[in-house]
Amino acid sequence: MTTTELPAIKGVGTQATRLYGVLALVALGWVFVGGLFFTPEDVVQGDAVRIMYVHVPTAWTAYLAFIVTGVASACWLLGKKHSMGFDRVAGASAEVGVAFMALTLISGSLWGRITWGTFWVWDPRLTTTAFLFVTYLGYLAVRGLGGSPQQRARRSSVVALLAVLEIPLVHFSVVLWRSLHQEASVLSPDGDIKMDGIMLFTLLFGVFGFSVLFAWLVSHRQRIMAMHDAQRASALEVAMVDRLQEASS
Amino acid sequence: MQPTRVIDFVDAVAVYNDYPALAGVTFSVDRQEIVLLQGPNGAGKTTLLRACAGLIPVVRGSAHVLGVDIAIDRESIRERVGLLGHQNGLFAELTIAENVDFWSTVVGATRAERDAAMQRMSIDGKLANRRVSELSAGQKRRCALACLVVRRAEIWLLDEPHAGLDAKGRDEIDLILKEAASAGATIVVASHEVERAQQLASRTVSLVAGHVRGVS
Amino acid sequence: MTMSVSRIAQAVAVKDLRIELRSRIVTNQVLPFSGLVMVMFAFALDSDDVLQGVAGGLVWLATIFSLFILVQRSFAIEVSDGALDSLRVAGVNPQGIFLGKSISLFVQLIALEVVLFLTAVVLYRVSLGGAGLVLLVTCVVSATAGLAFVGTLYGGLTAGARGRETLLPLLLLPVVAPVLISATRATEAAFTSNGVTVSEGWPWVAVLAVFAAVFGLGGLLSFGSLIEE
Repeated sequence: MTTTELPAIKGVGTQATRLYGVLALVALGWVFVGGLFFTPEDVVQGDAVRIMYVHVPTAWTAYLAFIVTGVASACWLLGKKHSMGFDRVAGASAEVGVAFMALTLISGSLWGRITWGTFWVWDPRLTTTAFLFVTYLGYLAVRGLGGSPQQRARRSSVVALLAVLEIPLVHFSVVLWRSLHQEASVLSPDGDIKMDGIMLFTLLFGVFGFSVLFAWLVSHRQRIMAMHDAQRASALEVAMVDRLQEASS
Repeated sequence: MQPTRVIDFVDAVAVYNDYPALAGVTFSVDRQEIVLLQGPNGAGKTTLLRACAGLIPVVRGSAHVLGVDIAIDRESIRERVGLLGHQNGLFAELTIAENVDFWSTVVGATRAERDAAMQRMSIDGKLANRRVSELSAGQKRRCALACLVVRRAEIWLLDEPHAGLDAKGRDEIDLILKEAASAGATIVVASHEVERAQQLASRTVSLVAGHVRGVS
Repeated sequence: MTMSVSRIAQAVAVKDLRIELRSRIVTNQVLPFSGLVMVMFAFALDSDDVLQGVAGGLVWLATIFSLFILVQRSFAIEVSDGALDSLRVAGVNPQGIFLGKSISLFVQLIALEVVLFLTAVVLYRVSLGGAGLVLLVTCVVSATAGLAFVGTLYGGLTAGARGRETLLPLLLLPVVAPVLISATRATEAAFTSNGVTVSEGWPWVAVLAVFAAVFGLGGLLSFGSLIEE
């Protein structure tokens, strides 16, 4: 068995990534400008509603990251060749996802503070996101446990799929739990916003922009990981040469 | 079809924590041989044994154990290979009999095989009811060997089996290994004890810095 | 000759329980620890009414804290003399090991919970009727099955190597959250505290049963991969 040949990687950007990098910038630029200036304030919440343009897209992207990691892990596990690209995407998506989850939690928390006066509400979406955040911290810790890339990939893909089983259970339990307190609809800050056309457009554009940003970040991160793996492989070569010298002396 | 060459490594590389513990090992063992693996600390003896047992992946070169390519499938051969490493794999709070019983049950050995194994290792009788935590190093080793015998492994891989034993204990181990080989097992022993082991083995392989450096 | 999963599971479970009976770590160390935790809750919460209301939750909290210790102990016996390695190298079916260790963990947890519930009755003054008892027993059995499965699964992943044991709480706590939520609600229903009726507890038991089934199956499929080096 020979080691897989890694492609020669000159830089981390390609034409494709530059294209959608620009796309992300444009979309987010519009969201920034539009969100702050061109969209009206909400009847009930006033200017506080503008946090929605960050909070909702980051929440969406955080869950997208979770799904990508799950799907990539399944692809690695079930594929015959166990192609390392899937494992790298799973890892990169988790890292980027954790950042978006943190953003979701922070923006949600600030929004709650401004509209309801509290930093935290037991809203099912926020609570599940908090659990997703901690679960992914655990996943990243498992990725850091060491061993060969194949061992790491096997272990973390199993952990990711277990997380896919666990998160819906957590969400369902929390929804059931909060329904006891009959707060579900009231506490969700975006539950009672009347969406004007331009607000909806900005929001959707924000979802699009953040998703493209996510894709851009994951592509770059997974390429850096590929370079890192290539470096490890060449370090192994060097170590083997050293060992051969050691053996001959 | 029984292959005569039970272990066949050609330029095998095994990595442990990014370090090439085996950096190109060409090593082969034929059926019913007793081979001594010797070399300084850090040479890779333990890694080679663990690779033969299918515990560690071989990332380069070719490695076949009992005819199976272990670079592709290192799990199916495990039942047929027995490894006794530095640790004994015993449960300290259980008695010898209970330890051997446990291993007999999980590998599907019969009661007769269990009794025979314990007798061969001289751990039956009153000794069998003593807890492992109360035993001497030699007795623990013999108990671990009994658990190995009961597995009916075709290949025995032993990492420093004589360590911590007195002269009598070491003699006993040698006798057991010779009997096992004539009964059909293939044995690879990693040991520092060069002179003693040379009486035991038909062949000595020297391992230095992850490479084989001499056979005698 | 490969043995059946159930035979292996039986041997592993018997072995684990026998070791526990001899070493008495659970009875001499874990039970006092969890009893102490219950007392500490009383110190911290300092109100008989509050304690009576949250008694269910406290029992399950104390159980989960003790779960970490039980899981680590369960794998410490495998790792101290390299037994888990030997089991791997002998090609023993990991599904059998998973089931066996789950069974032994289940038994130890049940023993723990019986003591904790008795402590709650004494310290926090909760009371239990006939219908409540049926609910409670069903809740305890399904919750404990779930805890035993996930404990064994993640315990296998974090066993042994340096810097791994500390990973266990981080991985396990988010996963057992549904059990904590559901078991607490069902227990409150069983104790009819806070105006909850017994019948309201049954949907929660259903959640516990689903959890146990999901992780029992998930564990059978993944334990082998997680203990592999």
